[in-house]
Amino acid sequence: MGIEVVVEGLTKSFGRKNIWQDITLTLPAGEVSVMLGPSGTGKTVFLKSLIGLVKPERGSVLVDGVDMVRSRERDVYEARKKFGLMFQDGALFGSMNLFDNIAFPLREHTRKKESEIRRIVMERLEMVGLAGDEDKLPGEISGGMRKRAGLARALVLDPEIILCDEPDSGLDPVRTAYTSQLLIDLNAQIDATMLIVTHNLDIAATVPDNMGMLFRRHLVTFGPREVLLTSDEPVVAQFLSGSRSGPIGMSEEKDAATLAREADDGAPGPLQTVPREVVPQLEPTPGLPERQAVRRRRERVLGMLDQLPPAARRAIEASLPQHTPLPRRVSTTRRPPGTGPEPGVPAAGAESPAPRPPQERP
Amino acid sequence: MTATEQPPPPPDGRPPEPSGPSRPAAPPASGEPPAVRTPLPGLGFLREPGRLFALSVTVVRATFRRPFQVREFIEQFWFIASVTILPAALVSIPFGAVIALQVGSLASQISAQSFTGAASVLVNIQQASPLIVALLISGAAGSAICADLGSRTIREELDAMEVMGVSPIQRLVVPRVLATVCVAVLLNGMVSVVGTLGGYFFNVVLQDGTPGAYLASFSALAQLPDLYISEIKAVVFGFIAGIVAAYRGLNPRGGPKGVGDAVNQSVVITFLLLFFVNMVLTGIYLQLVPPKGA
Repeated sequence: MGIEVVVEGLTKSFGRKNIWQDITLTLPAGEVSVMLGPSGTGKTVFLKSLIGLVKPERGSVLVDGVDMVRSRERDVYEARKKFGLMFQDGALFGSMNLFDNIAFPLREHTRKKESEIRRIVMERLEMVGLAGDEDKLPGEISGGMRKRAGLARALVLDPEIILCDEPDSGLDPVRTAYTSQLLIDLNAQIDATMLIVTHNLDIAATVPDNMGMLFRRHLVTFGPREVLLTSDEPVVAQFLSGSRSGPIGMSEEKDAATLAREADDGAPGPLQTVPREVVPQLEPTPGLPERQAVRRRRERVLGMLDQLPPAARRAIEASLPQHTPLPRRVSTTRRPPGTGPEPGVPAAGAESPAPRPPQERP
Repeated sequence: MTATEQPPPPPDGRPPEPSGPSRPAAPPASGEPPAVRTPLPGLGFLREPGRLFALSVTVVRATFRRPFQVREFIEQFWFIASVTILPAALVSIPFGAVIALQVGSLASQISAQSFTGAASVLVNIQQASPLIVALLISGAAGSAICADLGSRTIREELDAMEVMGVSPIQRLVVPRVLATVCVAVLLNGMVSVVGTLGGYFFNVVLQDGTPGAYLASFSALAQLPDLYISEIKAVVFGFIAGIVAAYRGLNPRGGPKGVGDAVNQSVVITFLLLFFVNMVLTGIYLQLVPPKGA
């Protein structure tokens, strides 16, 4: 099962330019989270600080007891072996063919025999649909294939945390859909904690368990997917509807004058557009094991139901299967020992609920 | 990994300002000291040398840490040797000849022909040979190393390596620096021999010097420490060439053009450092080691 990633008060600037500040969230163990945000809001920098490539000035990123920001370099290197990071363009080694690229972490970190390495690499290549391409150089394949090869390399050490930097950029809608399905299938198979950074609305709507959004150097919100998908916050609503009217402008943000003029013009705000529906989440391909995260998340979300906005609450209740027992019974009867979420762990995010309250259905 | 702990430099190379004022709604610092301290004004020029030095310390420390990348080392060694041997030999022959001719004509002006051999050979071994080696290693191998590391950096390959828990310093930089040092030492021997032979040939054949006097004066004035300092210089110069190339390669500024600039700078910086360090080493040597027969 994946590991929880706890981010607290993270602040990063480059020189005088502040990228984002005071980001606090928790990536729940084994669940899929998505970080949304307009281009240039520092999503990639956020990803890189989780893994310790970029060192923020303030705050901490706790992974299994190691602070990726301030711990000793040796501990950070050790902790990184639990991560798999899929770079935007794959970041494959240009001088090696795909096989050697994907075998690289195995050769560096394990003493496996060459036959064993070959077996694992072929298995991963199969998983991402690149079987038969192992002798090609990264320069000889398309961008989408490079991305998938990068994913295969990130998976080869059986990571417990997988970070994906824009898995959709440069892919056509069909390939994006396949990638979404691949990510969900992966989660079902290895139950790793996943964070996907993207601005693709399809991925955002169908893949994650939890969603967050970065805007204007702040974390707007982070929580269960229903919260963001039903949110009436102007930024979120504008982003999810892909509309031009709202606080997001062509350069990072609109100034007050532009906003006022738009209000005078009576341009339809995102709030007047059709209400968004919460589309159902992707299911793993039939034949794969059920996602463990779904059950854990359901219990966690039901536990914090009273603190969620009404729209989100309705969406969650609508998404529950008919036979789902009430939360009280879930927590007492349905949880096998040792597999449930820790009751003391808040679900994270801007809402940041207090520890689980006594559970009562409203 | 001191080198990677440094905060990234501001794009314009100025010392970072305290980041407080740029943050309109900065959260109250919860008892934490501000992460970026204001450096003393005017000390910004020490930043780059300091980082260079930090990298060299890191490289030396990582050299003794397992696992040692034998394969990468051999590959790099072979590559550097193959691009430097022939040019070094071709440069050293005319260089030895020029020294021999110049010293020979000067010596004959002051009727000291018998010392031509000693003078030209000493100049050759102590000064010319390590410098030729260093210039070639820096120009041929250092530029290649810098371009290689630089393009890997901008393509995020080094980031990817770090993410996989592999230190690029240990995996890539250490073998390269060690290879430049080893090649420099060995190449220095070759260049010394070739340069000396070239000097001998030109002195004896073209300037009608006497072979016996050339060799006799050589053994009268030269001593073993002359050879030692030559090899010590080769080690130091090889190390400088490798470190500077790696440093500029690891820190290119922005895009493919940045890599080109980094290569250019690495060669120029290496040259400047080489001549300065050569001066210092020569001064120290002349103070410490008494000349033979004095």
